[in-house]
This record gives sequence, C-alpha cells and structure tokens, in this order.
Amino acid sequence: MSRFEISRRSLIKTGLAGIAASALPMRIATAASPVTVGIVYVGPRDDFGWNQAHAVAAKALKGVSAVTVVEEENVPETDAVAKSMESMINLDGANLVLATSFGYYNPFVVDLAKKYPKVEFRHAAPLWSKDKDPKNAGSYFPYLNQAHYVNGVAAGLSSPSGKIGFVAAKPIPSVLSNINSVLLGARSVKPDATVRVIFTGDWSLPVREAEATNALVDAGCDVITCHVDSPKVVIQTAEGRGVKTLGHNASQAPLAPKGFITGAEYKWETIYKSFAADIAAGKTLPNFLVGGFDKDMLQNTAYGAGASDAAKKAADAAIAGLKKGDPIYKGTLKDNKGNVVVNKTYDNYDPYLDGMNWLLEGVQGSIT
Amino acid sequence: MIDVVQDGAVVTALIAMLGGAIRVSTPFMFVALGECLTEKSGRINLGLEGSLVLGAMIAYAGSFLTGSPWAGVLFAGCAGLVLGALHGFICKLPKVNDIAVGIAFMSFGTGLAFFFGKPYIQPQAPRLEAIHLGDWTGDHRLAQALEVNPLFFVGVALAVFMWWAFRNTRWGLIVRMTGDSAPAAKAMGVSVDLVRFLATAVGGFMAGVGGAFLSLYYPGSWNQGLSSGQGLMAVALVIFARWGPLRCILAALLFGAAGALGPSLQSVGISQGYYFFNAAPYILTLFIMVASARSKVSAREAPGELSITK
Amino acid sequence: MADMTVQSLSIAQIKRRPSVGTLRLAEAIIIPVAALIVSALIFSIFLLVLDKSPITFFTLIWTGGFGSSFSFQNTLQRAAPLILTGLAFAVPARIGLTMIGGEGALVLGGLSAAAIAIPLVSAGVPAFLTLPVMAIAAMLAGGLWIGFAGWLRYYRGVNETISSLLLSYIAIATMNFFVEGILRDPASANKPSTMPIGDAYRIGAIPGTQVHWGLAAGLILAVVLHILMTRTTFGFAARVTGGNARAALAQGLPVGKLIVICTMIAGACAGLAGFYEVAAVHGQANASLVAGYGFTGILVAFLARQVPLAVIPVAILFGALNAAGGVIQRRMGMPDATVLVLQGLIFVVLLTSETFYGRIPFLQPKRVEDRT
Repeated sequence: MSRFEISRRSLIKTGLAGIAASALPMRIATAASPVTVGIVYVGPRDDFGWNQAHAVAAKALKGVSAVTVVEEENVPETDAVAKSMESMINLDGANLVLATSFGYYNPFVVDLAKKYPKVEFRHAAPLWSKDKDPKNAGSYFPYLNQAHYVNGVAAGLSSPSGKIGFVAAKPIPSVLSNINSVLLGARSVKPDATVRVIFTGDWSLPVREAEATNALVDAGCDVITCHVDSPKVVIQTAEGRGVKTLGHNASQAPLAPKGFITGAEYKWETIYKSFAADIAAGKTLPNFLVGGFDKDMLQNTAYGAGASDAAKKAADAAIAGLKKGDPIYKGTLKDNKGNVVVNKTYDNYDPYLDGMNWLLEGVQGSIT
Repeated sequence: MIDVVQDGAVVTALIAMLGGAIRVSTPFMFVALGECLTEKSGRINLGLEGSLVLGAMIAYAGSFLTGSPWAGVLFAGCAGLVLGALHGFICKLPKVNDIAVGIAFMSFGTGLAFFFGKPYIQPQAPRLEAIHLGDWTGDHRLAQALEVNPLFFVGVALAVFMWWAFRNTRWGLIVRMTGDSAPAAKAMGVSVDLVRFLATAVGGFMAGVGGAFLSLYYPGSWNQGLSSGQGLMAVALVIFARWGPLRCILAALLFGAAGALGPSLQSVGISQGYYFFNAAPYILTLFIMVASARSKVSAREAPGELSITK
Repeated sequence: MADMTVQSLSIAQIKRRPSVGTLRLAEAIIIPVAALIVSALIFSIFLLVLDKSPITFFTLIWTGGFGSSFSFQNTLQRAAPLILTGLAFAVPARIGLTMIGGEGALVLGGLSAAAIAIPLVSAGVPAFLTLPVMAIAAMLAGGLWIGFAGWLRYYRGVNETISSLLLSYIAIATMNFFVEGILRDPASANKPSTMPIGDAYRIGAIPGTQVHWGLAAGLILAVVLHILMTRTTFGFAARVTGGNARAALAQGLPVGKLIVICTMIAGACAGLAGFYEVAAVHGQANASLVAGYGFTGILVAFLARQVPLAVIPVAILFGALNAAGGVIQRRMGMPDATVLVLQGLIFVVLLTSETFYGRIPFLQPKRVEDRT
C-alpha cells in the first residue's frame, strides 16, 4: 500500500496534462540502493515449458536482500510489452527489466532502453549488438542446440532405424539450429541417420502437435523430439505410440517411463544466479552473457529407459567435448537443396550460425 | 516442391487422415451437437468455446483429483451445464442479445479455466482408454488410426438419436417448433423460455464433455492453448451442417481429416506451403460452403427464430 | 409497488419533466454504471474467497488504468486498435450481419501495408507519400476481404459469420506464408518479419502524448461512421435492411450494394488498424499482428450496443483493464487470467443489464396509458 501512496502522490503532481511520462523515473533516484527487477513473460508462468523454466530460475533473484521482483505473464509481443515494461519502470520503480521472449527485443526493448538510459534491460536471446544497440541493453542466452546435439548422439545409438522425427513450431534460426544439431549429433555416430521435421506453425497448438507426432511415427520415425513451447503433448503422444523420445526445455522424463532417452535442458538458474550475485555485489550486469555446456548453462536430462548403454557413453563423451569447445558445425556441409552452407569449422557461438535459414542434407522438411 | 516422397506416401497420408478424422473430430462433434440442439430451439450460444475450455480444465482436474477419468468427464459436463444454464437464464430476459452473451461467456469460461487451471498444467492425470479396433490389421499405422475412444461412439450415437428424436418424438417436435416459430409454440401451450433454457443447458453439457475429450484423451493434457478456438469453429460448423445432427458428424469428420492433412503431408515430404496445408480445414470448409451455397435451401432449414439467420 | 412508484414519481414530475432525450441519455449512463458496480461487487466476493483485498484490487485498477498521465496513455494506446476493430464489427451489425472476421482483415491490412512499403521505401519515396499509400493498401485489403464475406452473404447465401471466421484463419495463414517466405527480411532472424520500413517512415506519437496516431484515426472514424449510420439516408437504409432485409428489398432498397459497402467499410477499419500496427508499432509485419484485437473488437462493439460513438468509451474500458492487469499481476501476485475473469464477468453483467432499458420506472417518459 505504501508504494501505491508514493506513486499516487507523484501522479497527482504530474497530472493528466499530457506531460511526458519520462519525467517519472526521477522517483527511482530517491529509492536508490534497492533494486527492483521487472520480468516479462510471453506466456503463463506455469506452462511447463519455456516460461516456467524462466520463472523457476528467476526465483534466485528473489533471494537477494533489497531486491524486489515484479512479474507479468502472458504479455504479447506487441506494444503491450513496451507499455508493460514502461509501467514497471514508472509505477513499480523497476531499474532492471528482464524480457524473456524473442519478439520483445526489436523494436520494444531497444526503443525503451534508449528512452530510459538509467534502467538496465536484459533480453533472453543473443540479439544485442555492441555497435548498434544501447549500452544499457543486453542479452543472455544458453545455446540449447549443444544439448540437442547430445540428444542426437544418444538417439543415433538408441534408435534401430536412425529415423528421428522433430515437431517444430516455426522455422526460425534457434529452432533450425536445434534440428540441424540433432542431425549432426545422430550422424556423428550413425552416418545414415535422418531427421524428419514437421512445422506446426505456432508455439502452442497441442492438437496439431499430437497430430504431427502421430504422422512422424506413421512415417517410420522411432525417436521423436520437438521444439515447441510445452513439449508435454509430444512426449506423451510418442510414448503412447511406443517410440522413444528426446526432451526439450525441461525434464520430461516422468512423462515417458519406457521410451525416454534424454533431453536438452536449459540451466537458466546459472544465469539468474549470476545476475543475483552481480546485483548483490552492486555490479552492472554483463551486456552479453551466452554460453553452453562450457559455462554450465545447459544440461541433459538423466538418461531414461530408452537410452542404450552405448548411447549413454557416447552422449557423455559428447558433453565432455562440448565443454572443451568442440565445434558442431564443421567441414563442408550442404543444405537439403544441395547448396553448400557450411564450408569451414565454425565456433559454436559464431554469429553466422545465429542467422541460419537452412536445413542440412539429411533433414527432410522445408522451411517455407 | 516434393523433396523426398516415400513409397506408399499416399497410403500414409490417407491413413493419417482417417486417424485424424477419428481422433480430432470428437470435440467438434460434441460442441456441434450441443449447439445444434440449442439453435434448433431458436437460440444461439456462441459461448461454447468457454464451456469447452472450462470442461477440459475441470475434466483434467477432476480426473487428477479423483483418479477416475470418467468422473472427470462427468464434472466437465456439469461445468458446461452450469455455463449453459446461466446463458439460458440470462437470455430469457427480454432485450438481451444471445450472441453477445455467448461471446461474453466465451471470455468468462476461458478466464475461469485459465485462472483455476494453473496447478493442473504439469501433473499427469489418468486418461481415458481407447478401444483397439485395428489390432487385427497388423499395420501399426492402421492400428493407431483405429484406436477409438468410447466418446467417439457416444457422439455418433447421440447424433443418430438427435436426428431420430427431432423427427419422431414429441420433445423433438417441441424443440423444433420453439425454434421455428415462438408464437406457434406458445399457442400450443409450450413454454418457449423453458425449452430454450433446457436446450442451452444441455448443449452446454455436451460442449463440456467435448472439452473432457481434449484434455483426457487427445491430445490428452491440459494447458491454455489446448482448444485454440475449436469451440468457436464447432459452433460455426453447425451452420455449415445446416442444423442437421448427422451432417454435424460429417462436418466434424471432414474437419478432423482436413486437419490431419497438414502434418501428414509434411511427414511424407510435401512440405512447402505448410501454412496453407495447416489451414486446409478452413479453406476446405469455405470452399464447400461457397460451392454448395443454395440460399433457398439453407434458409428453409434454418430455425426461423434464430437471430443469426434473420 | 412498482406501479406506485411510477405514479408518485410521475405526479412529482408533472411540473418539470425531463425530455425524452435526456431520459434516454440518463438511462444509457445509469444502467451501464450500475452494471459495472454490480460486477465489481460480485468480483469482490470472488477476491474475498481467494483471500485477496478487493480494495487493493480496485485501487490498482485505477492506478494502472487511469491514475496518472502515463497510465491513462497506456490505456489509450491499448484502446486504439480496439476502437477500429470495434467499428469493424459495429458497422455490419447495423445492417444485420454478424461479421467476426476483423482479425483477418487487420492481419491482411498490416501485411499489405508492409508489403507495399518495401518498393516505396527502397525507392526513397518520402514518408508523406508512402504512408498514405500504405494506409490505402491496408484499407483496401481489409475492405476487400470482409467485403468478400458480405458479397458471399448476399449473392451466394453463404453465412457471413462462418465465412468471415474461416477467412480470418486463412488470412493468418497467408500472412505467415509471406512473412516467413518471400517477404521475409533475411535479417529478421528469430522473429520472421517483412523488411522494416525504417524509423524515418514510422508514424510517431500524437504531439504532447505517447499514444500513436491510430487513436486519432479511431476517434475520427467513430464520429464519421456514427454520423453516417445514424444521420444519413445511407445509414437509414442500412438500418431498415438490418431490421428486415425482405421488407427492405420490397421497398426497392439496393440491399446487396448496402451490404457490400457496409462490410467493406468494416474491413477498411480493421485494415487501418493493421496499418497502424505496422507503421506505428512494429515498423514491419510479423506474426505479432495476430494479437486478438479483431476478436476483442467484437466484444467492444457488442458492449457498445453497435453504436459507433459508444465504441470509444468501451474500447477505453478494455484498454484500462488490460493496462491495469499488468499492475495487478505485479503488485498482487495474481495470474494474468484474473483480468480475463473480471472482463468476462463485466461483459455478462453489462449485457444482462440491457434488459432494464425501458423498464426502470423513473427513467421513462410519462405516458398517459401507464396510469390506468
């Protein structure tokens, strides 16, 4: 209530006369040392998927003394997110805003960072550019495709046919990279492995995801994985069909007691804990915090009943290699239309890979 | 562009469409039949999307808490019944627009489901079992396509019953008469308000059961994106089916089969333009409507009291 | 009892009785306000059951929706597209059509605006020429889309409710197809979008505010369409058709033409909303155009009883609830669905309250036959 009183008074002072609201952040200066973190989610915080993974990890921030966390869920990637973030700054006095969905960045986070230079913005995708973007903005992101590569390795040695099915939401680089990495992982142990992909067209379409899973199994795939917001339906349906599964995002092991091999998981808590430590130490957060196994930002779900012993061994070896920085995209690779898309060895964090718009040869599917 | 079309791709796609028709159609069927009953009595309840979503949530929660999926189905039906009854009661008042109230209930039901459904997204509830009708085929794809949930048969039986009852029973006659001409029904001593109230409430019950199918069988889990407008589409299908219960079944099957087209074409290597394949049910429905539009026929079959057709 | 009240009031009012117009206006204000209060009371019970404070809740609604210059502009910004999509439903409703395809018209309008901007921007055509062309393209695309549903309705007998709903899904598929296909800007990595129009071409805010010009367009169109639908022969003919299409035909009204024009106006409104989403909000077309504005517009129009002018306050109410929803989540730790429940409740109660129009004794003009 007391917080409300403060804002109420400042509001009366400001009045409705159309005075630019940018005058309001002055208020933050009076409440200087405490940090208020505003977090925006694109879906419900308990979606058993992307948003929940963030929300659970972000609890680390709440443990820091003098930190207040305010959260808003189901914020669409429209001007609604700009207004929500601005409202956090103006009404709640947020001085750190964490925007957790891809589509928030451009133009909304960038514009607001310019407008509120004293507020720090961090966005969960590797989009911040040192040259173009404001210094009070930044990115944090684990490269999940490394864990999908490990998934592929385990699948290659756990699948009799070497045919992997992938239910994907949209053909964007972060999804394509996971698809291609599964293929490369599988081919590293089984050179004739293939990945068949079905795009559902959106992040949460449970019925179509189930249909896609069934279609992939009907087409002969005996391992199913996915990149959609909430993988529960895909894993459950695949288990029901008696095929093996690879998880995505968080642990789905309990959903597939018979066929679960392993899963690609974010370890967002590594990032959020480091944010919490920086805040507690009074430091500014890094502008660009990305990583993979090398920085303990990823993990693979504990092996399930679907993983063969050879698969476990090879997957563990792959993780060890990735920790050392072994590259995934190397040599000459063609896309599935015959164009050479990789002609040298790329570092796992090479910006070229952030913009990939191709599916490798061996992936059956089309991005348009 | 066709990159790799496998042997038997056509067969795979056809089997997928058969399976899709059976798996995906059931919720459409229940909502459409419920709406068919309501509209036959001369009222429109556009809010069945809300009943569907609330039903799905309640069914999942009910199954999770009681351990019995069929109890969940019953709870879901009751949730739909309550929303339907509320709709029926409010629309009984003079000057209240039934379409508008329906849209309000769509929002209200969905809101309630999302609000109270949060704790049930992650847990696993016992699901409805399928009847395995295709195990004799020896083909795992056919066997899967012919795994049918009992609710599917309930829906079909319900449609046949409604079709028969509308023609051959006194109740059916009363509902139809109320829908075609309220003054005539009144003249016969029928309470128009009561008939419409009951038809809306029972229609809501059916929509709730449709929701239970979504969360307890296929896709078989509860989350906020579960329905994605299926209830609204099912209501529209009633117009497409020209208020015939049997045609509602056909429309639902067709819609389900067309919905399976997108994923199955991609699975056999026909993947370019998948947005349009995924939109196949909508395109196909529109195409059929335009091609078969005979305004005189549909005008004759529409209940005369329906505000949407006036 | 009620009769007594009527009588005593009527007697008291014999000397100076308010005009019919004043009474109608009073009715149109008192009933919705009372309905809002009733829904607030019902919702308070809901909150008390959940052990949350209704006082905090409604204070926050005020703070987040209206309580400051920032909050009010937040509300207006969220209301802007809803005024336009509300009009897109209200106008065909006047002619008796339930046209629920505003979402599709908005999406296609946005796509067309962004698409036509690509060659113009790359050719360096100045903004003051490019923007009107974009707006016209958007209105044309939306107008033709919904107009098509109107045409199908009159000339082919295809029910417009279902066809416009189907067309919405098709429009969204079309937008995705182009945005992720041939119109995709290769630089739009994880958010497939058309080529950005660039800051020089973005429409800024209305001077002195932070709200984009879409709000002004909505306000102007609401007034213009209100006049068109209530004060002109065209509007009269449309209303006659809406009342009884057969009678209108019998009177020789060009029903088909009226239907197509009304539906095209509706589509143009929604298309224009899409234009502002592209030109003022996103700077490009992408899947974020599908934000549900078209569907919310249906509710807005219904609560406004399909009166174009009334769309404005209702859209602002919606904007305020959405703006305040965020504050409620943040301060009270309640889920986003809270506002959905409140919204649904408000709609239900407001729509139920329509039954009281013309039935509240002291708000009725005195009629002699009442006193029998």
